[in-house]
Amino acid sequence: MNAQAPALRDPRLNRPEPFTPPLGDGGFFQRDRSIHPPAHAPGYKSSVLRSPRQALLSLENSISEITGPVFGHNDLGPLDNDLIRNYAKDGDPVGERIIVHGRVLDETGRGVPNTLVEFWQANAGGRYRHKKDTYLAPIDPNFGGCGRTLTDDTGYYYFRTVKPGPYPWRNYVNSWRPAHIHFSVFGSGFAQRLITQMYFEGDPLIPVCPILTTIPDKDALDRLVAPLDLNASTPFDSLAYRFDIVLRGQRSTYFENRTAGN
Amino acid sequence: MPQPLNYLKETASQTAGPYVHIGLIPAMAGFDIFEKNFSNVLVTPNTKGERITLEGKVLDGTGSPLRDVLLEIWQANAAGRYNHPADRSAGALEDEFRGWGRAGSDFDSGLVTFETVKPGAITDKTGRKCAPHINVWIVARGINIGLNTRLYFSDEEAANAADPVLNLIEQPVRRATLIAKRSERAGKIVYSFTINLQGPEETVFFDV
Repeated sequence: MNAQAPALRDPRLNRPEPFTPPLGDGGFFQRDRSIHPPAHAPGYKSSVLRSPRQALLSLENSISEITGPVFGHNDLGPLDNDLIRNYAKDGDPVGERIIVHGRVLDETGRGVPNTLVEFWQANAGGRYRHKKDTYLAPIDPNFGGCGRTLTDDTGYYYFRTVKPGPYPWRNYVNSWRPAHIHFSVFGSGFAQRLITQMYFEGDPLIPVCPILTTIPDKDALDRLVAPLDLNASTPFDSLAYRFDIVLRGQRSTYFENRTAGN
Repeated sequence: MPQPLNYLKETASQTAGPYVHIGLIPAMAGFDIFEKNFSNVLVTPNTKGERITLEGKVLDGTGSPLRDVLLEIWQANAAGRYNHPADRSAGALEDEFRGWGRAGSDFDSGLVTFETVKPGAITDKTGRKCAPHINVWIVARGINIGLNTRLYFSDEEAANAADPVLNLIEQPVRRATLIAKRSERAGKIVYSFTINLQGPEETVFFDV
């Protein structure tokens, strides 16, 4: 299963060649809602009372949507992308050591540079360090479970962590979440804001997860599953998984002889 | 077969879940990990403009407050300028004012607050003035894809009446769901809002 592969042209990169975005008004490409979970997805019971029932009001992007917060290295600390060390008290956290890496791209296939990526997860036993989590699996004293980083000039990001465990939750009587890592990504404009979850290739809980299966499009679901990337593993240290994230593309505009929104 | 366009597809959204605080506001999850943290305070002592407190709740279909919701706001400064390179309007930028903040609701009351300044009117691409507003993004357990809405200000009646976005809303009664109400409390200016996810007063959410 090559879960991360969209329509392909370059087998080496598993992604099409990037191309120049179309000229226009600087707005983002219309969001294709058919690949996203609907707000009201009864199999995920919490959505029933928390989903708007009126139609969303379509809004052409104005300056309020094209712009968004800008972050820099001053916002981060040196260990923020190392979950093995950023909460370690008297040793390493328990669990399978992994590297998660990939690129934040837009729909034209180009890297989204210098954008903030935040991530959080349960520990190897499936327990979150959160005062509202009461699952019986123990807290790991050396694991916080969150981190963040900025993509580089090409949109690349990476971090180190331990593989999270699956855990039970109240939906059906016997519902379990597949192992997953939550991701929050900004992009360059507030209309690109996205929160999603990354899953692990081969996890047998994936097809029975009431949250994952809110996604109506099989290919869109597969794109949330990170393949094992043995080439990026560190021998005798860490396995690696690769997870590319695609944000909405943007039409260009010309301002003062400079292409903006690129 | 025509040539392929080869656009990538956007990554699908997934709920932020009940433990969103761990990643985005770890202090609310109950621990201290980062040297620097993002917060619901957008202002520094140097920020120009009228200091305001935004205060409100997000209600579910039974009218009960969400106690695990997270809101982000994005706004222009008091001069109506967004701190972003794509905003080339004339208002003065303030380096210290990012114009963005995030807040989790109180685990008991569901109350969400921000400390910020009232933004100035925005000039859109065609040169039209848009009423002052704050852009809001809402995520939580049970919300499968972040909800976009806006907050306008009750003391901007004339600007609101002329605002191109508010006027896209067909029913005037629904425009009122986006208006935060101004009051004064202990010498502070407070704008109160309620975001209804469902029901007869369901808030207007945008497909941006």
